[in-house]
Amino acid sequence: MTQTQIQPISAASNQNPSEHPERHWRDYFTFCVDHKVIGIQYLVTTFFFYLVGGVLASIVRGELATPDQDLLPPGVYNQMFTMHGTIMIFLWIVPAVTGGFGNYLIPLMIGARDMAFPKLNAIAFWLIIPGALMLMGSFFVGSSESGWTAYPPLSLITEFKVGQALWIFSIIVLGTSSILAAVNFVVTIWAMRMPGMGLFQMPLFCWSMLATSCLVIVATPVLAGAMTLLAFDLLAGTSFFNPTGGGNPVVYQHLFWFYSHPAVYVMILPVFGMISEILPVHSRKPIFGYKAIAYSSMFICVLGLVVWAHHMFTSGTPDWLRVFFMIATLLIAVPTGIKVFSWVATIWGGKLRLNSAMLFALGFVSMFVVGGLSGVTLASVPIDIHVHDTYYVVAHFHYVLFGGSVFGIYAGFYHWYPKIVGRMLNEFWGKVHFVLTFVGFNLCFFPMHILGLQGMPRRVAQYDPQFATINQICSFGAFILAISTFPFLFNAVWCWFKGEKAIANPWHALTLEWTTASPPIVENWENEPELLTDPYDYGMGHTYDQQGHVILANAS
Amino acid sequence: MQTSPAITTDLIADSVTEELNPAIAHSNTHSPAQSHPAHAEHPDLRRFGLLVFLFSEGMLFVGLFVAYLTFRSVATSWPPEGTPKLEVLLPAVNTVILVSSSFVIHQADIAIKKDNIKAVRWWFAATFIMGAVFLAGQIYEYQHLEFGLTTNLFASTFYVLTGFHGFHVFVGLMIIASVGLRSLKPGAFLEGKHYGIEAASIYWHFVDVIWVVLFLMLYIL
Repeated sequence: MTQTQIQPISAASNQNPSEHPERHWRDYFTFCVDHKVIGIQYLVTTFFFYLVGGVLASIVRGELATPDQDLLPPGVYNQMFTMHGTIMIFLWIVPAVTGGFGNYLIPLMIGARDMAFPKLNAIAFWLIIPGALMLMGSFFVGSSESGWTAYPPLSLITEFKVGQALWIFSIIVLGTSSILAAVNFVVTIWAMRMPGMGLFQMPLFCWSMLATSCLVIVATPVLAGAMTLLAFDLLAGTSFFNPTGGGNPVVYQHLFWFYSHPAVYVMILPVFGMISEILPVHSRKPIFGYKAIAYSSMFICVLGLVVWAHHMFTSGTPDWLRVFFMIATLLIAVPTGIKVFSWVATIWGGKLRLNSAMLFALGFVSMFVVGGLSGVTLASVPIDIHVHDTYYVVAHFHYVLFGGSVFGIYAGFYHWYPKIVGRMLNEFWGKVHFVLTFVGFNLCFFPMHILGLQGMPRRVAQYDPQFATINQICSFGAFILAISTFPFLFNAVWCWFKGEKAIANPWHALTLEWTTASPPIVENWENEPELLTDPYDYGMGHTYDQQGHVILANAS
Repeated sequence: MQTSPAITTDLIADSVTEELNPAIAHSNTHSPAQSHPAHAEHPDLRRFGLLVFLFSEGMLFVGLFVAYLTFRSVATSWPPEGTPKLEVLLPAVNTVILVSSSFVIHQADIAIKKDNIKAVRWWFAATFIMGAVFLAGQIYEYQHLEFGLTTNLFASTFYVLTGFHGFHVFVGLMIIASVGLRSLKPGAFLEGKHYGIEAASIYWHFVDVIWVVLFLMLYIL
């Protein structure tokens, strides 16, 4: 057996740092076209909105701590949960997983210098700001109180027309941003891969971003169309969706869910990809079923476009259509199940490192399975009719969006923080963060299944006293969850300045982003990156040098 | 940023060898003296990007079309009783003008591939005039219709769909005008460098196709 010493690609960058343009802190506040700067801009901005949405959630749970309506006037309560949902979806999860991790990682993973259209990339990010300002501004004029779904006629008879209009325009602007980013991802992933990297040599995160971007491109414009018609109804007095003028509110529901169901996959597919990166690295085993995971992403993308009406089983949808959508929805469990089985098989018998990133990744798998199972029950028409608009639904989508997406985002933060910032996070506080999040999350959302099955409706400030005890448990869990963000925040901010310096490849990972310095230099690599191994060739006897660069073990 | 083409080809060749046999590739590692990063220039992807974007834009219209067809199929009578009949002649003439303009702008695309910038300017001017006539015809039609935006569901969908398309025509005219003006600058577009002309032409075809569907749906069906 011989070993080939590989010249570390980033070695020269340490010798002559002065010859490279350096990033200045001002770049992060300007129209910078570097994909890494834009990725960080997305992540920091969206995390701020996560905190705003979290404050709103805490207020909602505060109101629900007692059966009486005592903390907020009912209208304000409605505004709180509307804004909570809208912010968490459109300003946190969607932009964080696509714009944030996607922008930062995709060019690095495929060996490119940047995205295909760097300026368009920056435009997509800066569209978030006016969208967010409109949404936040609507607080001051009385914001939308019709839920994040804004079903007409409820959204049309509001007393806060300006707030509802701002909500609509903000969604259109944020949707545009999302489409522009998706166009960029499709072109980048398809056409900018380094020579020698075929589609099946791509890390799985790239596959999932490809699937996500296709969904955004097909589905988001339809939402923009629905929003335009809703705006006409609200402001110009037309009656597309207003039954009193001969309109049809169910058409809105179809258009809305044609986007908003795929939006669920937009929020979870990139996270699937991130988990597929994190699990093999920290299990020291090749990913199980690479092609199965890649194809299942594309399958979810296609199937995800034809399941939307399962949100409308109680909207007078004809029986034959309900059966079609029920079967299509149940089918989605198959590719999702393939992924979960592949992940479990990946960690099976591996040398697991139970660090914070891995803990969140394992937390993701277990929590997402709970959310997936409740999703399967909800897909069944008779059960859905029974629990429609109850807390069972609230429990379900928080298990997939928090237990799924947010756990995955945290796993991604812990995994890529050393690469992005160039310093290691504190493991002790990371574990504290994980335990608090895991306990708080389950305390908050698991009892909601029971509440829903017992018939407690969602979106109410006042409820029957028989539900009081369970609601108190939920609220208690919610406050633990709120507190859990503090160790993370302090850890992230503290280590940004004071953390231990990270080497190029602290986890001994094999994807390309780890072959450059931490943080990567402007333009990513000193020389063209080199494809030494497939992305998941763990456990093949490779060793790593001081910077973590791989030293191939050549069987001869 | 800039790169020397020699280095670029060198690097690509390198990676290919390396893919075949990693051991060989590393026998000629790049000299550490080469301090400035070399960049592989990627092919022009703007056309690909534009097509993906227009596909997305097309989905916006598909959503609106499907909404229209649903309103129509659910209604007891369509257009609702008492809606004045639509005049077909003017929009039909308009359709002929717009569809022909697609062929006109295509001539510009052909001309630039022969490096004939003068012809490009004339074809673009002709397309601009045809598009402007279309918009003028649309405005004339709006002024003479006997129903308003809020008269009934049919009227609302009619105005929003045609208005949405009209806005796209307007954007197309702005693109054609700006590309046309840029073509006055010598060397702005050449035989092998004419993305602006191509993009304007692709966008204009898109606007055209949408109109044909819209026309068939609103006036003929």
